[in-house]
Amino acid sequence: MKFQIPIGPQHPALKEPISLRMTVEGEIIRDADLRLGYNHRGLEKLAEQKTWIQNIYLTERICGICSHSHTTCYVQGVEKLMELEPPRRGLYIRTLVAELERVHSHLLWLGVAGHEAGFDSFFMYTWRDREIVMDILETISGNRVHYGINTIGGVRRDLDEQQVKHILDSLAILRQRSEYYQHLGTNEPSFVARLAGVGYLSREDAIALCAVGPTLRASGVPMDVRKDDPYAVYAEVPFEVCTADTCDVLGRTVVRIKELFQCYNIIEYLLKNLPSGPVAVRAPRRAKPNEVVSRYEAPRGENIHYIKSNGTDKPERLKVRAPTLGNYAATLKMLKNGFIADVPLIFAAIDPCICCAERAVSLVDARSGQEKIISMNALKQLSRQVAAGNARKREAEWPL
Amino acid sequence: MLTKLTHWSRLKSPWILHLNTGACNACDIEVVAALTPRFDVERFGILLKATPRHADVIVCTGPATRQMKDRLIRIYEQTPDPKFVIAVGACAMSGCVYRGAYNVIGGIDQVIPVDVYVPGCPVRPDAVIDGVVKLLNKLKG
Repeated sequence: MKFQIPIGPQHPALKEPISLRMTVEGEIIRDADLRLGYNHRGLEKLAEQKTWIQNIYLTERICGICSHSHTTCYVQGVEKLMELEPPRRGLYIRTLVAELERVHSHLLWLGVAGHEAGFDSFFMYTWRDREIVMDILETISGNRVHYGINTIGGVRRDLDEQQVKHILDSLAILRQRSEYYQHLGTNEPSFVARLAGVGYLSREDAIALCAVGPTLRASGVPMDVRKDDPYAVYAEVPFEVCTADTCDVLGRTVVRIKELFQCYNIIEYLLKNLPSGPVAVRAPRRAKPNEVVSRYEAPRGENIHYIKSNGTDKPERLKVRAPTLGNYAATLKMLKNGFIADVPLIFAAIDPCICCAERAVSLVDARSGQEKIISMNALKQLSRQVAAGNARKREAEWPL
Repeated sequence: MLTKLTHWSRLKSPWILHLNTGACNACDIEVVAALTPRFDVERFGILLKATPRHADVIVCTGPATRQMKDRLIRIYEQTPDPKFVIAVGACAMSGCVYRGAYNVIGGIDQVIPVDVYVPGCPVRPDAVIDGVVKLLNKLKG
């Protein structure tokens, strides 16, 4: 007997609107399907109407948790188009904010994982300590969430001695707290028992389904854009790529906790080796006709921006591939043959950022490979035609 | 007597439903941050509820997208009376940077009535608390 269970778009297990349809047999999920588009705003089209500088603030608002990831990815691409070389101090500060963002994102995720596993005091602890990072970010940029620190050709604000000292002091507290979380996350029997073995994704599947970020690294694949294709100043910063080989939610937790310690090391290195000089160079208003692909390792995985310029002060096309989109296929695989009760945990384990992933979809005819763009009305008509053709029969049968 | 009691209890335990209607997650994490130890809105008896049927106050973040419009109305109708809506963030007020995007209708008030607007992009957790307290004062008076 098969049932279909819809979850979302508004559901206790989900923080953001997305719809999951699961076919279940008893407690076990046999098939899963995702419905997207609740958070689609049409950002890529909007970007074509705004200038290069205005678009920094638009890309920042693609996502609130990885706001620096999207701006850095975009700004790096535009700098390549404009053939700009940002000063080294600017790049150091940019990397510093990126790593601080990774710390706040991973602490946030740890809390959410604790909450989904029914360990609410863990959630409250990590979120309390996350406020330390938010304070650091606020002293650097003036904002808690959308830092607005990137600009084309460098960064907008400089660091002073006092701020450097404040960050190093706070880092000591964070290190101490993270050691406690590491101990808790790997030794607390009930927490480990809840996470171990849930959402299994083998190494082969992770590669075949193009998983990214901690999800991929927890399946034992040491892939990180910071190491493989270094941008900003990562080529000169010593750090390790963290992996785990348990291939489950526990592995993803371990990878993220390990990454926290790497982040602290990177931040310390950056602050101690901060070069002097200007933080930004003047950028031209227009970019020559060209196209560029920019890669960035966001806290959730690889973020890709494709930017095309046509010689004006506005981009001709901006395409965003957010890490969550790369992880959707792997999530469906993880959900299959799992339990209904594990859905929130598995789904939270990829650290889904739905607002990041909600991009426009172009339709590709599977038979001819032809791409086409379709209007909303035509799409509605099409769906009505298909619906009219369907036999009105429900798959689900109530046992009563 | 009974109305006095319900009025009093309504003031002391406004349960909220957090609804993302197309926000960029920034306001969402700030709303959640308001529930955690540093800000702790639970002091005012505020609890985050998962279903609209348990909630008194809908905290909306983000501009209303076309896809979410019908769902937003449905969730508003599922919430028992008396219900209040707080629009959190510049997007929920007017659309913010997304204004003009083809899939964005505009602020939340284009779809459902709003009682309190909390400005900011994103709002600080302090501002969320301020908004909720203003709503409670409104109820008192």
